Amino acid sequence: MPASLAPFLRRRVRWLLILPPLLFLSVFFLIPFAFAFKISFADSAIAIPPFTKLFSVTPDGHYALTVTLDNYRYLVTDDVYLLSYIFSLRTAFFSTVICLLLGYPMAYGIARAPRSTQTMLLLLIILPFWTSFLLRVYALEGIISEHGLLNDFLMWLGVIHVPLRIMHTTIAVYIGIVYSYLPFMILPLYATLEKMDVTLLEAAADLGTPPWRAFLEITLPLSLPGVIAGSMLVFIPAIGEFVIPSLLGGPDSLMIGRVLWDEFFANHNWPVASAVATAFLVLLVGPIALYQHYQMKDQALP
Amino acid sequence: MSVRLAPGLVAVLAVGLAFLYLPILVLIAYSFNASALVTVWGGFSAAWYGRLLHNPQVLDAALLSLEVGMAAATCAVVLGTLAAVALVRIRRFRFRLLLTGMVHAPLVVPEIITGITLLLLFVSMAQMIGWPRHRDFVSLVLAHISFCMAYVTITVVPRLAGADRALEEAAMDLGAGPLRAFMEITLPIIAPALISGWLLSFTLSLDDLVISSFVAGPGSSTLPMVIYSKVKLGVSPDMNALASLIIVLVGAGVACAGWLMNRAELQRMRDRQLAEQG
Repeated sequence: MPASLAPFLRRRVRWLLILPPLLFLSVFFLIPFAFAFKISFADSAIAIPPFTKLFSVTPDGHYALTVTLDNYRYLVTDDVYLLSYIFSLRTAFFSTVICLLLGYPMAYGIARAPRSTQTMLLLLIILPFWTSFLLRVYALEGIISEHGLLNDFLMWLGVIHVPLRIMHTTIAVYIGIVYSYLPFMILPLYATLEKMDVTLLEAAADLGTPPWRAFLEITLPLSLPGVIAGSMLVFIPAIGEFVIPSLLGGPDSLMIGRVLWDEFFANHNWPVASAVATAFLVLLVGPIALYQHYQMKDQALP
Repeated sequence: MSVRLAPGLVAVLAVGLAFLYLPILVLIAYSFNASALVTVWGGFSAAWYGRLLHNPQVLDAALLSLEVGMAAATCAVVLGTLAAVALVRIRRFRFRLLLTGMVHAPLVVPEIITGITLLLLFVSMAQMIGWPRHRDFVSLVLAHISFCMAYVTITVVPRLAGADRALEEAAMDLGAGPLRAFMEITLPIIAPALISGWLLSFTLSLDDLVISSFVAGPGSSTLPMVIYSKVKLGVSPDMNALASLIIVLVGAGVACAGWLMNRAELQRMRDRQLAEQG
């Protein structure tokens, strides 16, 4: 009786589909956050692993719960955390703006190029995304270091006589972020600009609208979803960036990712690192995730 | 519709593309520099490439990275596709919101936080159940699956949603079981997305520095970890050679895969047109 068997099977089979990814992500993505949250209330200790246990059994057989808020108190009192949050936010914000200013005309140019050229240009934009991020950041050093191509070129031109100090400064961090994430800005911008109805611009021109006004009043508003998507794709990874400030930045390029890394590997203070991670998640990732969730809901509506 | 490009746009495109490619080209050029001084051109030489072959640290790390990448990409494609099928085909099920959230969240959580939380998980698990005793290949693969899966799912979902269900239903009307109908009809249709997902996972895994640094125990260094510890000290010619090699190999691999998939897609479209005519 296949007719009555089918729904039964379907009910069983669906869990064969759902359970493996659900369990895997629960154990290796969700539960780890619970551990970080737990350890953020522990004390650091000279032990392996380097933190105290929250739950313990006292000699007389009682269960004891030892919780400390010191790690969070430390976050608020030590300036370095607040400063690095602000620095990360500021760096991510301005890098996103620079990516937008450079990426918009590029995306616009690709979207208005002849079809055959478009495919090739897109491929050129996508290809760096597939090659190693770490190595591309490293490659940048050959351009901006003291004896790099940029300084050699500018000195050959006679514009400068002493090499510019870009490497190991915050400017290098900006260059690194823009260089690494520019393709992420261009692709969604291209996607919205390419779909745009060009006849709207022709109609505006026929009615005597100057091109700059047509751009501001037609093209820009229509490409806003691309602007938002591209900005998120740059801003989100830029805030937590570690490799770029570590390889290109100077001692003053205190991004939160770098502070976390040092707290873990140099200071071995796992509880404070857990507290930083928890605060970071609540203060930055939480709002972004909520924003995206609601944006997705908005788009799902007809 | 295409208009002639304004000279300003052409200039911006040229500058932007030069910005994207110049560093890589300079890196490749300097990898053939005979001089050990990275700022002085000492003539053409492939010696640095030869040196790589005799560097056991680099070779071991490369082997480990390739193994981790293949294992992680394969598992991520299986798990990510299951998640995609569940999300697209089953409209309502318990934990649906949880699964959706967990599939998308890795894209917004910074790597460094994923790395720290995973290390804390492995350490706590070792404390509680005695596993994993060493953080090595297995912990690396598990960590890499967890961040690659999301990319597979978001690649497969649109392809699966766009696949014509009528074909699968027709196969079932003709007596095929649901599993066979899925395997023989739907799987070939979503295959390009699976290949993209695998390649994307593989390259992400191969490139990962931050998460690997946290979850790898002493003695199991991946290639990015070895590269990072060297380039942290500044530019070095053998790293230029290694970097050039990886960039050219991956670039060529991706270009080939893209070309093959494009060709297969065109063939499929042609077949469909022929079928509709005949």
